[in-house]
Amino acid sequence: MKDHYQLLVIGAGPAGLAAAADAARLGLDVALVDEQNTPGGQIYRNVGSAREGGRTYLGKDYLRGKPLVEEFLQSGATYINNASVWYLDERLETGLLIDGTSHFVTTERLILATGAQERPMPLPGWQLPGVMTAGAGQILLKSAAMIPSGRVVLAGSGPLLLLIAWQYLQVGIKIDAIIDTTPRPGFSKVLPCLARALPAFDYLLKGLSFILTIKKAGIPVYKAVTDLRAEGHESLESVSFTSGLGDGNKRTEINIEAETLLLHQGVIPNLRLPLAAGCELEWDPLQQSWKTVKDIWGQSSVDQVLVAGDCASIVGARAGELQGRLCTLEAAHQLNKIDLQQRDRAATRIKRSLQRHLSIRPFLDTLYPPAKAYQVPDDATLVCRCEEVNAGQIREAARMGCVGPNQVKAFTRCGMGPCQGCLCGSTVSALIADETGASMEQVGYFRVRPPFKPITLGELANT
Amino acid sequence: MFRLVDDTSVEMLKLSIEGGEYEVPVGISVAAAVLLCGFNKVRNTPVTGSPRLPYCMMGICFDCLVTIDGIPNQQACQLEVHENMAIEIQQGAAELLPER
Repeated sequence: MKDHYQLLVIGAGPAGLAAAADAARLGLDVALVDEQNTPGGQIYRNVGSAREGGRTYLGKDYLRGKPLVEEFLQSGATYINNASVWYLDERLETGLLIDGTSHFVTTERLILATGAQERPMPLPGWQLPGVMTAGAGQILLKSAAMIPSGRVVLAGSGPLLLLIAWQYLQVGIKIDAIIDTTPRPGFSKVLPCLARALPAFDYLLKGLSFILTIKKAGIPVYKAVTDLRAEGHESLESVSFTSGLGDGNKRTEINIEAETLLLHQGVIPNLRLPLAAGCELEWDPLQQSWKTVKDIWGQSSVDQVLVAGDCASIVGARAGELQGRLCTLEAAHQLNKIDLQQRDRAATRIKRSLQRHLSIRPFLDTLYPPAKAYQVPDDATLVCRCEEVNAGQIREAARMGCVGPNQVKAFTRCGMGPCQGCLCGSTVSALIADETGASMEQVGYFRVRPPFKPITLGELANT
Repeated sequence: MFRLVDDTSVEMLKLSIEGGEYEVPVGISVAAAVLLCGFNKVRNTPVTGSPRLPYCMMGICFDCLVTIDGIPNQQACQLEVHENMAIEIQQGAAELLPER
């Protein structure tokens, strides 16, 4: 590992892998930094170890990551794995923590491809042992071939919830219930998006096949669910909720015993490094999340910083891969490796394909909006899992005159724990906006400050 | 709470959790190992002492902080198990490490 690269790419998911592989092919001196031991990101996690014909229960889309990982490994790009980025500033100095030692790396161009995280879903009892994200369930399946052994319930909204249900059914485990909290957006909203999504009909077919498989398996599916709660003393014992379906829309209170509850209500960009680099954000009302401002090439508001894939705005794995390739073309052009004509020529096909993969997004975002109850939860619900601050305390701080999350943090410690607001940031902003009547843009988001990862003085001194 | 899809063909290693001996597959994360061995918590929180298990499994939430080989505040989901690893449940805030 050197202390300077022409191009540094952070994140070894589809966007970062494609960006780094193309950069090496174009002759750029490039390094790809990633926190995991093997390339693939969360979506293609551990895909390199998938044997031919093995682990088919993860689906064909997962195995698509294998050639991409191989393309990267053969490209000649430097691969810095098991490296946590604990520092990044606006001069693009990057602090890496590798096996107890801190290293500083500088670069001429930085491509951020740090992917997505699940949208926090604060509800009563979500901190109980036994409650996890649906993504966590998937990671256990992909990286450790582990599945729940007791009663398991899936709850929330969005395509990933359907995917994990499908994957669990392929493995052959019993799912005790699927609890759908999606608010019904109405056909008048969904239909125009469906028409625009037709070029991406393969996504639609995939979704339909998941739904049919779940139906065929006879899993109890509860729709129009409200008041979802996880209950138990030392760990999860049951899941309670009100279901709107039944005789003549009568609302019924239901309680299901469960050992494992997997929650999901969509994914949002992982904004930590774009924020640290000083990139401008904007609020996306359709995706109900912040996104990093960028142009078609991935150029952010900060010179020398490009963003690709879900860390800019949620686009999915295939579009992320293509955006990674566009970022590299732009970076290579900025670094005088290729001229404008070469850049544009190479980008034509990528852009056309990207357009197709992006056409599904408005449909998915409209069909699966997050429910308001889990964006602005009841007062007693824990919002900050680290410092154990509830929604009532945040509302009170807002009433006292805190106009933004950074003030709320100072008054309540909310967002001050080790996750630095990753699991409460979006909720805190939404609660303040809801309480004060301000817009999300006015309320803003947590500032991030290094160290992004806990680092001991000893590790820092080991530089 | 969790089990292996196919527990026949994996290579195993030995480690300890809270002093008890366990066998887990090579290559899995510490967080996965704790879940596989059936523990119902990896730590008690510093604020109220409430029990927690891994939540996100991808390095975001920090709910899986444990003590590994005597060193506290380790992200269990980001670290791989190794032979003879000693994992301990973390009680509240970590103590300062003695000078080495």
